[in-house]
Order: sequence, then C-alpha cells, then structure tokens
Amino acid sequence: MGILSKKDAALILDPLADNNPITIQVLGICSALAITAELKASIVMSISVLFVLGVGNVVISLMRNIIPSKIRIIVQLIVVATLVIIVDLVLKAFAYELSKTLSVFVGLIITNCIIMGRFEAFALGNGPWRSFLDGIGNALGYAAILIVVGFFRELLGSGTLLGFQVLGDPIEKTGLYAIGYENNGFMLLSPMALIVVGIIIWVQRSRNKALIEEA
Amino acid sequence: MSKKTDGNVYTVLFAVGMVVVVGSLLAFFASSLKPNIDENKRIEKQQNILYAMGVNQNTDTSAEFVATTEAEQEFQKYITKQLVIEGDNITENDAAYLIDVKKEKDKAKKGGVRRLPLFVGEKDGKTFYVAPIRGKGLWDAIWGYVAMDENMVIQGAYFDHKGETPGLGANIKQRFFMDDFEGEHLLTDSGEFKGVRVAKGNNDPKNEDKTDYEVDAIAGATITGDGVSAMIKSDLQLYVPYFKSLKN
Repeated sequence: MGILSKKDAALILDPLADNNPITIQVLGICSALAITAELKASIVMSISVLFVLGVGNVVISLMRNIIPSKIRIIVQLIVVATLVIIVDLVLKAFAYELSKTLSVFVGLIITNCIIMGRFEAFALGNGPWRSFLDGIGNALGYAAILIVVGFFRELLGSGTLLGFQVLGDPIEKTGLYAIGYENNGFMLLSPMALIVVGIIIWVQRSRNKALIEEA
Repeated sequence: MSKKTDGNVYTVLFAVGMVVVVGSLLAFFASSLKPNIDENKRIEKQQNILYAMGVNQNTDTSAEFVATTEAEQEFQKYITKQLVIEGDNITENDAAYLIDVKKEKDKAKKGGVRRLPLFVGEKDGKTFYVAPIRGKGLWDAIWGYVAMDENMVIQGAYFDHKGETPGLGANIKQRFFMDDFEGEHLLTDSGEFKGVRVAKGNNDPKNEDKTDYEVDAIAGATITGDGVSAMIKSDLQLYVPYFKSLKN
C-alpha cells in the first residue's frame, strides 16, 4: 500500500475481517435480513451504502467542529437523509430505470445503523480523509457479508444466482432436480439470513479466538 | 469543560439554520427536476400499457419495455382508442392514460363516480382491452395493467410495486410470474366475474389449466400475492358491464 500509511490502510482493512461491522460490531443487521434473498439486491445495496457512507462520513467530518453535541444524532440523520433523497431525485430525473431498482433501498439506507454508527464513532472525531477511508472500509466489510449471505440464500432458496438457474429447472426437473433435489423455501425467509450470519460469526470466532468476548 | 457548541442559543440557531439550508436545498432539487421526473413517469405509463398488450422487447427471461425514445410513437401506433367509462357514460379521451387511478379510487370511496380508463389496442389483427389496476402489497402500493380480449380472457399483464421486498414480493414484476396470467379466464362460463387468485399449494405449477382461476404464488410473498389477487378482483370487476355491452 504505497499511497496509504499503515494506519490509513488499517482503516480499510480492519472492517473487512476482525472489526467487521456486521459480524463483530453487529450493526446493519436489519438490512442484512431484508434484502439478501437474492444476490443482485445484495450487490445493489452494497454499492449504495458504499456511496452514502463514503460521502456522508466526509460531510460529517467537515461539520464536526460546528455540530452542537446535544443534537448531533438528529443532525447526522438529516445529513444522510438529505444525501439519499437528492441522489434519488437526480436518478429519477436522469436515470429512471436505475432509480426504480433503487427506490426500495432508499428507506433502508437512511435507517442503516452502520451509517449512523460510523458517523458517531468515527467521523465526529477524525479528519475528512481518514473518515472517508473508514467509510469505504466499513461499507466494504458490510458488502462482503451481504454478498456471502445473498449468495447462499439465493442459491439454496431459489436455485439461482443473479437470476440464472444454476442448478437446473425445478419445474422441468432438470439438472440437480432430476435426482430429487428441492429448493429450500426457508432460505428465502428472513430468519434464515440471521442463521447464515450466525454461522459466519461462529466460523470467524473459532478461527480467531481473540474475538471471543468474556462472558 | 464547555465548548462554544454546547450552548443552548448556539444549538437552537444551528437547528434553525440547518432546517432552512436543507429545506431549500431539497425544495430546489425537487422543483427543478419535477418536469423531467413527470415526463419519465408519463413515458413509463405508455410503456406499461404497451407491455401488457404484448408490445415489448422481452428476451427469453427478462421483461423489457419498448425503448423510451420510441414509446410515444408506438403508443400512437398500437393504441387505437382511449376510453373513459363514467357510469353509463363512455367518452373518448386521448389523455385517459394520464388518469390517476389512486385519485379515482379515493373519489369512489367518498361516494363519487369513479372514472375508469380503458385502452383499446390493435395488434396483428387482434383487439386488446387494457385496464389499469391498483392495490396494496405488503409495504406499499402495487399496481399494474391487464390486457384482455372481448371475453375478458387475460392476454397479458404487467405488475409493478413501490417497495415490495427484493427477491420476494418484488418478483411480481418478473416474467415468470406475469406470464402465468396469460390465457387465464376472469369470467365463469355463465358470465359471472371470478377473477384470478394467486394461490399457494397450487396443483398446477406449470399453469396448464387456464380456467382454474388460479396462478402459482411466489414462495415468501404471500401478502404481496394476496394484494395482486385483491386488486384484480376489485378493479377489473368494474369493467364487466362494459364488456357485457360489447356483446350486445
């Protein structure tokens, strides 16, 4: 990492594994449940959060010295809501097709606790460049988990990936279905997302004992 | 230690300033982009109506509209008549597709007479009657357009939604769901309106029986599916008198 100092690089790399926002900080669970029934939605949500968190962190960081501490949460909420709504309006006017795909995510982004969490925990106390890196890092960590969960839920629940039937046709009984395989409809329901996230947490902590908190 | 940003006066002033700045920013964006957004919505309506009657660029798996640049032209070409049914009174109106179905529904709820738009299209010598429908899904509004022949047999359908769950309810706008409606009968043999139900535990997953008044539901999208059944029933029912009058 030639351009980034070691400390800066850690801002991006830590959230990808040992300080992952979903599996370690347990933030952003709500959206991880809501939109991971298919891989495409997970990817779209990841990109949206990457954008909002990166820009939002910079804006909050620039404002950090003038935000009154008593109402800082409301100010953070307004900043993120304004950003998201403006982007939504611009997309509706100039990229209507794309905006229709994204409209579902608008509400989920505004209320995503990772965004509020990073504003509060990082951007309020650090400069814009470091805040930007922190935002990107956390969004990537979020994206990694979302995509893994989306992958398994779509594959096992619908037998497809990004809409392509990778396991054969369940109605015509071709591919895997010919030998009696069935899609597991449970995977499409949100509790299964929680279980998949739980399994990821379990795997991660059993590989790195330092992550296990004292009971 | 107290910073200058902790004071009450500062806090109130900051809040007021923020509201003014954010409010005017949003108002500016909303009003300056409104013409573009309205135009996009208008074209989308034309695309939806054309889609229902089979004028689209579908590939094997995905639903594709005619291009936005051609929508207007295709709409003029295929839609021969736009009717507004208001009680017994039927008029032609070239802007019928702009009628806001939601407003009309609200009007009917308050005891007014609902204006029902119906688009008559002509394609390959066949006549299509396209009607808009609107209802509630799990999270928000769902709506669609259904193309029928003169016997109220569905020839094509397009559904859309505002905020259904991606991967579940949102799949009502996928071809595997919409295509199932093609050929389904809405009327019984005796001419009574029955509708098409989105049914769980359907014994006909390949959808070969077109007179069972059922299509296969989407797993995990029960409430959205029920919403589709309900809006087909409540809204298309209103067109039955018109279709009866066609026969006489």
